Amino acid sequence: MRNQKMKKDKKSSAASKIKDIATAVYQKILKKKQPELSMPLRSLTNVQYDPKAGYFELLGKFKERTLTASTIKTFAQSLRLMTLSKELIEKDDIATKREAYYVSKNWADARFKEQVESDTVMDDIEAMLMVNREQIGFIPEEKGGDVAGKLVVIDKDTDTGKDIKIDCTKMGSGAYSVPSKVEDLRFETNAKFVLAIETAGMFQRLVKHNYWKKANCILVSMGGVPTRACRRFIRRLSDAKKLPVYVFTDGDPYGFGNIYRTLKVGSGNAAHINEYFCVPRAIFLGVTPNDIKEYKLPTHPLKEIDLKKIKDMLKNDPFVKHHKEWQKALKDMFQMKVRAEQQALAKWGLNYVIEKYLPQKIKNKKSWLP
Amino acid sequence: MNQISQKRTAEEMSKSHRDISVSQFFEKNRHLLGFDNKRKALMTTIKEAVDNSLDACEDAGILPEISVEIIDMQNDRFRVIVEDNGPGIIKVQIPKVFAKLLYGSKFHKMRQSRGQQGIGISASVMYAQLTTGRPAKITSTTSKKEKAHYYELHIDTQKNKPEIIKDETTDWKKDHGTRVELDLEASYQGGFQSVDEYLKETAIVNPHLTLIYTNPKAEQIIFPRATKDLPKEAKEIKPHPYGVELGILIKMIRSTESRTLQSFLTSEFSRVGSGTAKNICQNGSLLPNTKPKTMSREQVEQLMEGIKKTRLIAPPSNCLSPITSDLLEKGLKKEINAEFYTAVTRPTAVYRGNPFQIEIGIAYGGNQTAENQIRLIRFANRVPLLYQQGACAFTKSAIQTAWRNYGLSQSKGALPAGPVTCAIHISSVWVPYTSESKEALAHYPEIIKEIKLALQEAGRQLGSYVNKKKRIHAEGAKRDYIQKFIPHVSAALKELLKLKGVDEDKITKNLKAILETKRGKLDNVKFDPSKNVEYDPELAKIGKENNNDVGYEEPKDEKGQKKLSSFKN
Repeated sequence: MRNQKMKKDKKSSAASKIKDIATAVYQKILKKKQPELSMPLRSLTNVQYDPKAGYFELLGKFKERTLTASTIKTFAQSLRLMTLSKELIEKDDIATKREAYYVSKNWADARFKEQVESDTVMDDIEAMLMVNREQIGFIPEEKGGDVAGKLVVIDKDTDTGKDIKIDCTKMGSGAYSVPSKVEDLRFETNAKFVLAIETAGMFQRLVKHNYWKKANCILVSMGGVPTRACRRFIRRLSDAKKLPVYVFTDGDPYGFGNIYRTLKVGSGNAAHINEYFCVPRAIFLGVTPNDIKEYKLPTHPLKEIDLKKIKDMLKNDPFVKHHKEWQKALKDMFQMKVRAEQQALAKWGLNYVIEKYLPQKIKNKKSWLP
Repeated sequence: MNQISQKRTAEEMSKSHRDISVSQFFEKNRHLLGFDNKRKALMTTIKEAVDNSLDACEDAGILPEISVEIIDMQNDRFRVIVEDNGPGIIKVQIPKVFAKLLYGSKFHKMRQSRGQQGIGISASVMYAQLTTGRPAKITSTTSKKEKAHYYELHIDTQKNKPEIIKDETTDWKKDHGTRVELDLEASYQGGFQSVDEYLKETAIVNPHLTLIYTNPKAEQIIFPRATKDLPKEAKEIKPHPYGVELGILIKMIRSTESRTLQSFLTSEFSRVGSGTAKNICQNGSLLPNTKPKTMSREQVEQLMEGIKKTRLIAPPSNCLSPITSDLLEKGLKKEINAEFYTAVTRPTAVYRGNPFQIEIGIAYGGNQTAENQIRLIRFANRVPLLYQQGACAFTKSAIQTAWRNYGLSQSKGALPAGPVTCAIHISSVWVPYTSESKEALAHYPEIIKEIKLALQEAGRQLGSYVNKKKRIHAEGAKRDYIQKFIPHVSAALKELLKLKGVDEDKITKNLKAILETKRGKLDNVKFDPSKNVEYDPELAKIGKENNNDVGYEEPKDEKGQKKLSSFKN
C-alpha cells in the first residue's frame, strides 16, 4: 500500500511539473515574449562518465523549441503530447508508445508521421521533466528479455494482489519473460552471478544444457541492445543480491559499444534516466578481440561502417575514453579488421562454450574488460 | 555536232565584261537591303523613310512629327506615304537623294546618325519601281515663302542615276517638310517583326517624336511625344587614331593638305595634340616634319606602329547621342509592366577608330512569362532591329553571359530563360552591320566585350533583386509554416491549463504578434500591376497581335475577357 501511494505521488508530481511548464509558456505568451520549451540535449556529446556513480550523467547542454521554422512543429507536438500525458495521469490510465502515436492522428498538421517521431518527442518530455516514461503514463510494447536459472521472481496476481512465485529453474526448455514494468518485482536467489547474453541462440544452448546448474548462475537473454525493462531488471537483481553481471556478446563493435556499453552505463539518448537504467556491476566477459586470437575463432572482415564505429567510439564515447583497456581492445580490433560471433566457438565443438570457454573466462579475471 | 562547239577567244569573251552599276547589283541582290519578302519589304521601306525623317529633323533641330500611312491597294499592293516636318530638301538634290544609290550626306561623317550609307530610301524607290513600275512621288519644301517641289522619279538602274518623270511645283500648306509616296508589292501582317512593332519601338526610343500611324485597316494610332527635349546633339568628330587601318591611313595621307606629318596628325585625328603627335612620330621613328605626300608605304606602316605604341585619350563622346539610361528605363516601363527595372550606360569605347557606347535596360517579372527565353529588343542609333536576331552581336554577347549568376536559368549556347525583357542599344558614329539591310550587328570583339560588361553590370542588379525576392519568398514560406502550428499550441495550452475559448484566441493572437516582432516586417514583393504608372497597356498591345487572322483578333480577345470577368463574379 505504501508503495502504491508513493507511486501515486510520483505520478502526480509529474502532472504538476507538466502544469508548471505549461503555465510558464502561457505567462510568456501573455507578456508577448517568445515562449520556449527547454530540454536536456539527449546525445553522447551531453553526457560524462562518472566512474564513481557508474553511469553516464547529463551535462548542462539544452535544446530549445520555440517559434522557429525548425522547432515550431515539435514545440506544438510536445505541448499536445504533454496534454495527453496529463490526461493519462489524471485518469490513472496508460498508453503504449504506439497508441500515443495513433492519438496524434487527430492533430491535423501537428500529427506524427512515424512512430519514431512520437517516441522522440516522448523521450524529450521525459528528459524535460526528468522522469521515467512510465511516470507520465506511457509504456513500451517491447518486452524485457528472457530469464532462466537459479532465480525465483516474486510477482503479484493482477486480480487478487497476492504474491506469485515464479521459479526460473522450472521453465524446462523455455524461459521466464521479463515484464515491461519490473519496479515491484522481488527476488530470491543463491546464484553466484548473472550471465547476460546477446543472442537468443546462445541462450538456448546454455539453457538446453543446464549451464546455470553447473555454474550456479542466472541466464538473461537480452536479444540485442537491452530494453529499459531488461536493464532495470538486471540492475535491480544485481543490486538486491549483490551479484556480479557478466556480459557475453558477439566480438564486434556493436556488441561492445551498443549492447554492453548501454547495459553498463546507459545511453546518450536516454541520459536523463541512465541513473536507474544502468548496471554498474556489469563486466565484459567476451567475446573480446583478444579471445578472437586466443581461441583462433573463425572471423568475418569488418565493414567500413564497423571501422567507422570504432573510430567514433574512440573519439566520442566518454565511457571508452575513460577506460584504457577498452581503447586498447578497440584499437586491436581496428588493426585485426575482423569480428567474431558468439557462435563461432562452435568451431571447437558445440559444447565447447559450456565446457571450456565460459569456465576459463570466468576464472581468468585478466581476460575481462571493464 | 562537233563543229558547233567552237572555242571562244579571249577577245570575244572580253566583250561581255562590263561595269556593274550599284543599282543593278542591288536590283539582283535586293535581299541584302532587306527586301527578301513582301512583308519585310513593307517594314524596310517605312523604316528607311522614317529613319531619314528623324535624322533630318534632329540635324535641323526640329522636334519631329512624322505621319506614316499604309493604304491597301489590293492584290498585294500597298501605298506607303511618309510625311515629316523636317527641314526639306533643296530642289536640285531631291532626285539624287531618292533615285541614286550610295548618294548621301552621312557616309563620310564621323557622327552618330540612323542612316549611314545613302542606300536605304533609294533602294525602297527601286523596289517599288521593280514591283509596281510606278514612280516615287516626292514633295518637299524648305520654306513657307517658296512653293513646294513635286517630283515623280524612277531610277535608271543601268547608270544608277535618277530619271525624272515629273518636275513641278505645288502648293503645300507645310512650312517645311518632305513627303514620300511609294507604291510597292508587299503584305501587311501585325505582330512580331511587323511595321507596327517597328514604329512602336521607334516611338519608345525616340521620346521626342510624335508619330501618327494609319495602318492598312485605316485605324489611326498616335504616339505622342513624351518629351520636348531633342536628344543631345551628336557632334561630328575626326577619327580616333586607335584602330585606323593601314589602307585608310594611306588614303588620308595622300589626300591631306597638311604640310608636315605632325600637323597631319593633329588636324586629321581627334585626341591628338602637338605633343601627342610628336610622341607618335618618335615611337614610329619618323620625323615630325616629314611631308605626308612623300611618305612611302613602309613609312605609313611605321606610323601605324607609332600610333599603337602611344597612349591616347579615349575618343570624345560628344559625337554620340545615347538614349540615356533614364529614358531607356522609362521606355521599358511604358511597354512592359514588370516588377523590377534597371538600366546601365557604359562609358565610350572604340572599335576600328570609331567611338561607340552601349546601353542596356532590363525589365524583370510582372506580366512576363517565366518559361520562355528572355526577350531581346535591339537598337542601333535609336533604330529598332527586328530581324536576324541570331546573327547579331547583341545576341551572341547575351548568350555568352553567365546569367545563372543572376538568378536566371540558361542552357548551354542559348539565351537565358526567365521573365525578362532586355533592351540593348549601341550608339556609334558608324554602326557595323552584317549587311546593308542593317538588321544585325557585326561581331567585333571590342563591341562584344562592351556589351557583355553592360549585361553583367545590369545582371548584377537583376541578380540582387531576384535573390532578395527568393529570400523573401523563403521567409514567407517559413512564416506560413510556423503559423500553421500556432493554433495547436493554443489548443494544447487551453487543455493543459483548462483555459477558456477567449484565452485560447488571445494566445493565438499574441503568438502571431510575437512572430511578427521576432522575424521583422516582411517586404511585400508581390507584383503590383498598378504600381508602374508609366505602363501603357494600349501601347504594349501594338505589334503583339497573333500573326494569323489579324482581322479576327479582337472578337477573340473580347471572348477571353468575358470569360475572365465571369470567373471573377
